[in-house]
This record gives sequence, structure tokens and C-alpha cells, in this order.
Amino acid sequence: MKTIADVKTLVIDGIDVSARGDQTVLEVARENNISIPTLCHLDGLSDVGACRLCVVELKNSTKLLPACVLKVEEGMEVTTNSERLRHYRRTILELLFTERNHVCSVCVANGNCELQALAQSQGLTHVSLPYLNPKLKVDASHESFVLDPNRCILCTRCVRVCAEIEGAHVWDIMGRGVDSMPISTSLGENPTARGAGSACRSARPALFPTKATSGATIPSIPKWSRISTC
Amino acid sequence: MNASAKVKLATVWLDGCSGCHMSLLDMDERLLELSAKFDLVFSPLVDFKTYPDWVDVALVEGAISSVEDERKIAHIRKHTTFLIAMGDCAVTGNVPAMRNAFGPEPILQRAYYENATIQRQTPCVLVPQLLQVVRPVHEFVKVDMYLPGCPPSADTFYTVLSELLDGRIPDVASLSRFGA
Repeated sequence: MKTIADVKTLVIDGIDVSARGDQTVLEVARENNISIPTLCHLDGLSDVGACRLCVVELKNSTKLLPACVLKVEEGMEVTTNSERLRHYRRTILELLFTERNHVCSVCVANGNCELQALAQSQGLTHVSLPYLNPKLKVDASHESFVLDPNRCILCTRCVRVCAEIEGAHVWDIMGRGVDSMPISTSLGENPTARGAGSACRSARPALFPTKATSGATIPSIPKWSRISTC
Repeated sequence: MNASAKVKLATVWLDGCSGCHMSLLDMDERLLELSAKFDLVFSPLVDFKTYPDWVDVALVEGAISSVEDERKIAHIRKHTTFLIAMGDCAVTGNVPAMRNAFGPEPILQRAYYENATIQRQTPCVLVPQLLQVVRPVHEFVKVDMYLPGCPPSADTFYTVLSELLDGRIPDVASLSRFGA
């Protein structure tokens, strides 16, 4: 039996593009060299629309929609870059910087951080919102990994890599809103990097935008976890 | 800024490490080229004791951490046309603001009691009272330009000052970033 390909045609930033029916606007945009900023998307993982930086405008809709979970539709017209979108993206970045203690100058990820780089590319030279300065404990109980919630932007990449690639799912997020924290499920009521690091070796350096978990400098562990890891 | 006269430039050191000033000096011989266009009227690098009545451009290093910083920045703003927050401490609070999660008391306790072997006491004469929370300059006064970086590089300083002294506003985001 002959299968008919499910092809949709749409317009992104004035460019006519075609896509498979199951693709997202983010996927199609990137295939056509149209850049949309993201922090929580990672190729190969499910998308959750956590960071909202990939918001785009859709013709005939007043809503901003996250491109990473927006499925293509026939005839849709998408705008990925406008003053309105830039304003919201900068505001999202400001909220991320104020929620936790992102002190770039003393961070292990300085110069190798997607949040820092995105702030610069979006023209963010200062944060106009007040800093919250939460008091958050760094968990250095594991010999190879350090979990620093001060740098966490709740992208959940670590959760999804561990659950979907490794199949271990020892990480998750606990709490609501600004109080949400990454936790390890391996030690029950006493979450610590010790259990998570041992159970899930997926906390690898390139996977995580701000390096909220980082590798200690220990010669005996693999190279990927010695440089600042997730 | 009046292009026919030399620009009156000031630099100020609040709660920072002076790294921004060191980076400024790292312009080396390019400072001589730029100095044809400005007079340094107040700075920790020169010997003037009082802030002039009128300054065209002020580069402010450091966060606002004490009642003295707060008093100074209000005075500087009042007497300055174009105020630049210079470096991450002035722009974000940066390292000085890392005490915010704890408050000033544990910091004083650590410095003057736990780490002291003799004369254990909190200084109360000449040393200004610390604010409860360290905050960036723009939370106290209007800032006209933000120059992030820890410190901003000498090349960044050169480009920014060259542009400003020629009456143009540089695109700072393309030159520097937080933590640079």
C-alpha cells in the first residue's frame, strides 16, 4: 500500500518552508537556518516548553507560543523576531538572572554558558528587576559532581536526559514556581548529589545550559565530568 | 558633551576590587591618545580630594554596599551629566552582593571575630556602616550606560571611550558581557 507523505507548507519570517506534519516550528525553523533562542530544548529529548525563550508570534493570534512544542500546521504564518518578542525574551532572561544567584565572574561555566551568551546576544547589559538573592545550599557530597542550585534555571534537561536517555530518572524537580529545586529521587527524603551522581552518569558537560551541576577536578574520573558538567 | 573643549572625566571606586580601574589602565599607550580629548578631574588614580561641581562623564566601579557608597553615588549623580556603571559590581552587584543571602552581620563576625586573634571587635569609627543588602548602582540613581564585565577588557574601554569622546553611543552588548 502506498503511503502518502504528510507535508505541510508554512511561512516563517516571510520565507516559504515545507515540513513533515509531525514537526515543530522550532525544528523547521532550524532546518531552514532561522535562529530561535532556546535554553530548555536539546536535540534528542522531549520538549517541555520550560524556558519560554522560543516564543514566536502567529498570524491571527494574539498569544505568544513556544516554538519547541508548536506543531506545524498548513498555511500558518510565524514571526520569530520582533520588538515585542525581543522585549519578552529579555524580560525572561532578567527573571532567570534575578531568581537565583548567577554570579558569572565566579562561575565554573563563565565563558561556556548558554544563559550568559544568550544575554549578550539579546542585548542585555543589565537587569532592571530586583535580585532575589535566595540562600541556596551547594551540594558537594559526591566525589565527582557538585550540584549548585544557585545556577539552576529549571530547564529540566538533566531530568530528561537521565529519564529518557539513561532510563534511570533519578533527577526531578520539587516545589513550585521560584521555589522549585532539582532533586535526586535516589535517596528519598534526603536528596543529594551523592546518590544521583552514582546512579546516573548522564550529567555530562555539554548538555546543560548553565552548568548547575559541575564536575570536581578529580584526575580519576572521565574527562567529560572533570570540565564543568551539568 | 562639548566637542570643542576637553571632556571632564571622573572615575569612582565604590565596593569593587579596583580590577576595572586596572583594566582601564591596561589601555596602556592608548590612554595617551584618548587623554588628548579628556581631563581626568576626579579618580582614585589622581590626587583630587573632592568631586567637582560638574563632570561630563563618570565611570563608577563597584556596587553600593554601605551608607558611604549611598551618599557618594547620590552626590556623583547630582554633579554628573553621563553616568556609566563600570563593571559587573556596579551593574549587577556581582561578588560584593554574594553576602546578600546572609546579611552583613555574619560577614562582620567572620572577618573581625572568627578570623581575628587579637582586638576582636567590629570597627565602628571611620568605617561606614554596611547596608543590609548590596545592590547595583541603578537601584539608587539613574544610570546612562551599562558596561558589564569582570572586568570589561581594555579593548572594550578603548572602544567605549573613543566612541563617547567622539560624541557617539557605542553598542556595548557587542563588546562585553556579564563575567567577561
